[in-house]
Amino acid sequence: MNELLLPHEAEVAECVRESPTVFTLRLRFRDSVRHGRYRFAPGQFNMLYLYGVGEVPISIVSDPLDDTLFDHTIRAVGRVTRGLAQLRAGDRLGIRGPYGRGWPLPQAQGRDVMIITGGLGCAPAVSVINYVMRRRENFGELIIMQGVKHADDLIWAERYRRWSTLAHTQVLVAADVGSALWPWHVGHVTDLFARARIDAHKSIVMMCGPEGMMRIAADLLRARGVSESAIWLSMERSMQCAVGHCGHCQIGGKFVCTDGPVFNYAEIRDLLSVRGL
Amino acid sequence: MSTVVAKDRPRAAVHKFASCDGCQLAFLNLGEDLLLLSSLVEFVHFAEAGLVNPEAPVDIAFVEGSIGTIRDVERIQRVRARSRYLVAIGACATAGGLQALRNLADGQAWIADVYASPGYVESLETSTAVAQHVKVDLELWGCPVNSRQLIAAVRALLFGVVPLEEHDKVCMECKRAQVVCVMVAQGLPCMGPVTRTGCGALCPSFGRDCYACYGPAENPNTEALGRRLEGLGIAPAAIGRRFLAINNGAPPFTEAGLRRVHGHD
Amino acid sequence: METGFLPRGRFQELLAVLHRSGYRCLGPQVRDGAIVYAAISVAEDLPRGARDHQAAGHYRIEQTASPRYFGWANGPQALKPLVFAPQEVLWRARRQADGGLELHQEMPPAERLAVIGVRACDLAALALQDRHFLGAAGDDPHYAARRAELFLVAVHCSDPSDVCFCVSTGDGPQASSGFDLALCELDSGFIVESGSDRGAVVAAELKLEAVGADARAAAARQADAARTRQHRSLPGRDLRAVLFANLEHPRWGEVAGRCLACGNCTSVCPTCFCHASVETPALDGGASVHARAWDSCFSQGHSYIHGLTVRSDTRTRYRQWLTHKLGSWHGQFGRSGCVGCGRCISWCPVGIDITEEAAAVCTGAADE
Repeated sequence: MNELLLPHEAEVAECVRESPTVFTLRLRFRDSVRHGRYRFAPGQFNMLYLYGVGEVPISIVSDPLDDTLFDHTIRAVGRVTRGLAQLRAGDRLGIRGPYGRGWPLPQAQGRDVMIITGGLGCAPAVSVINYVMRRRENFGELIIMQGVKHADDLIWAERYRRWSTLAHTQVLVAADVGSALWPWHVGHVTDLFARARIDAHKSIVMMCGPEGMMRIAADLLRARGVSESAIWLSMERSMQCAVGHCGHCQIGGKFVCTDGPVFNYAEIRDLLSVRGL
Repeated sequence: MSTVVAKDRPRAAVHKFASCDGCQLAFLNLGEDLLLLSSLVEFVHFAEAGLVNPEAPVDIAFVEGSIGTIRDVERIQRVRARSRYLVAIGACATAGGLQALRNLADGQAWIADVYASPGYVESLETSTAVAQHVKVDLELWGCPVNSRQLIAAVRALLFGVVPLEEHDKVCMECKRAQVVCVMVAQGLPCMGPVTRTGCGALCPSFGRDCYACYGPAENPNTEALGRRLEGLGIAPAAIGRRFLAINNGAPPFTEAGLRRVHGHD
Repeated sequence: METGFLPRGRFQELLAVLHRSGYRCLGPQVRDGAIVYAAISVAEDLPRGARDHQAAGHYRIEQTASPRYFGWANGPQALKPLVFAPQEVLWRARRQADGGLELHQEMPPAERLAVIGVRACDLAALALQDRHFLGAAGDDPHYAARRAELFLVAVHCSDPSDVCFCVSTGDGPQASSGFDLALCELDSGFIVESGSDRGAVVAAELKLEAVGADARAAAARQADAARTRQHRSLPGRDLRAVLFANLEHPRWGEVAGRCLACGNCTSVCPTCFCHASVETPALDGGASVHARAWDSCFSQGHSYIHGLTVRSDTRTRYRQWLTHKLGSWHGQFGRSGCVGCGRCISWCPVGIDITEEAAAVCTGAADE
């Protein structure tokens, strides 16, 4: 039977606190056959169903080759995500997916990879960082640019510090509001472009975060000679069905859930500049 | 029905301020579900149901009624201090109720006109919403609220999540119920296009016009509706009174109503 | 394919054949002041002599002495509610004693449904809904189940209303495809065409008479009259480029002053497909129902993402509706989302006219 919209029972293997508001759910389908068959690409998302409350789209952050568990890093900001934050190991939820078009990782092979995130948007991009780190020889330089509103919002600070010590890796982090021991830049992430070691012809750029930040970043990249076709963005809209039917996620004529959430800059450049689309 | 009483039930109270008691009936009219509800939630204060312990600390306080006396002003502070989650229920608690009409008039003169010994009446000049006095965690609009709203709120809180705010226009659920629009097909002065959903489009489904008892919806265009009602031949003052009815104290309705009543009186 | 003539007095036979074939019949009836589709069992249930008077924000039924059953344009419903139900349970969840979750899809009851009196615009809209719900992302099981059992008896529109503009969109007034049977109603009876194998089977059972030359001539005159009677039109078939070039046109702000953002237009629109997920847990916490319900791009919740409403005002919501319906549909479905039925004009409580708004934005844009 066609069960397009039916979630399947999954179990929380572990709930990891990343910060006071960010947590990672490590999940497996209860049906081991389904779990074994489950495949996804970085940048894709699942619909997570919290029993009795509802569904939310959340990107998958774990490595596609890790077949033991799949991970969702979630910020508790809404009704359902605050509820998901209360789940503990052994608790059940519903999962359907994966959905959407993920990051262009096949095209990124052999190129410099630049990852730019801002605001709350780090989770979808972390899947790429993890992916590249585990296959480091397949890629050139790795440039990680991360902006947060407040220094306290930076999760995985230790990982960023460690990445910054690696060869062929540049880490540039900024917080709009710093703190006493904040080792990185205070200001906007876009302030850091002058320091980024961008080779315009070798780079592929993947961004997620507030649309205004991505627009500015894209302009700066274009000014540095990066072609539009090498710039990719993950967009966020309300998604209730995830299969292109419910209509909530539209930007212009695009359905973010099926045409995206990852778009090439050329596809949505004109739409990004209009408020309220 | 198997009703197992949970050991650590959340404690709840139902408080009454200036109101007709009708919203509390949404609990009492639950029927069999009332037994189920009291197995899930321990009601420690609910005077209409015979439980009186107004000072008990609770997890959820339901507050019916508007703040209309000095004693109310002080009592709502105590309710707030003793409650983790405060739910204002019904038009009186969310907008000051019908009695908020006195905010727009000389309330003392009315009292003098109506009562033989006005000295015994200690009302404030105004009747106001609970949220104008203390922090309110959730407002359930309606005159009266219905059992479905209460159950949805309680169930969400029991699941540990914030109840969903319903603020779409009545038209949305009216059309989902496939009711023929009474304004377009009959020329009735329906308030549905500016009124908050939640009632199940009750009045239009019986062929009459919505009279806005659930208060303003999000983004209500009261000016455009007012112009349309004029087009239906209704006098401006009468249109003003349609806004200045049960939810006259809700700001979009106060403003729309006063503009019509004063502009043309 | 033309199959023959059914005299008016024998219309009941069509219903009888459909009933015998296992179909429940829905047909037009006057209810609550409008033409709506409801169950019919005999021809007398049909709205003989009813005429609709439609204008922006206005709909009235007049009873005339005409013998015709279908001498009206349309009512607030197209076929949409029959296939894309206004609210529908998709699946149910049950919590087991050990904390496990049981999740079961719930399907609509299987029912063979014949709809009598379908308009050309409604068929065009249905074809669009088919493309959406039975599209690339996979068949929506609930839509597919309702759609599969639908038998459609179209009636060519002889009396378009004052708000109709299907000629402008190319979708009517004559039904040209998508039906099982199509009828052309004349005072004396009906010229019957079949449009599918199962339609042909039903037509064959009717033992139709030959179509006379007079009837054929009357049908042609009637079709011409229905076409020329329409006076509204859109400024073009594909408005995508001009609409998206005018996203900051002052008209969006102007119409927002008149628009109630109530969602009546999207509800009566036969092609609008937006819907919201609705979760309703049982009070005891042991089970929960996951349903969908018609939503509207005019609602705040439509564009809400944790703490941000993308389209927070009526200006951007109206713009979303119009630029989608007349613009970005072309990219999504290869044509406009408007079939010219005029419902959004009549059933807008304040009478906003899509053809007028489109013209204001698309033509003389620089003059504003």
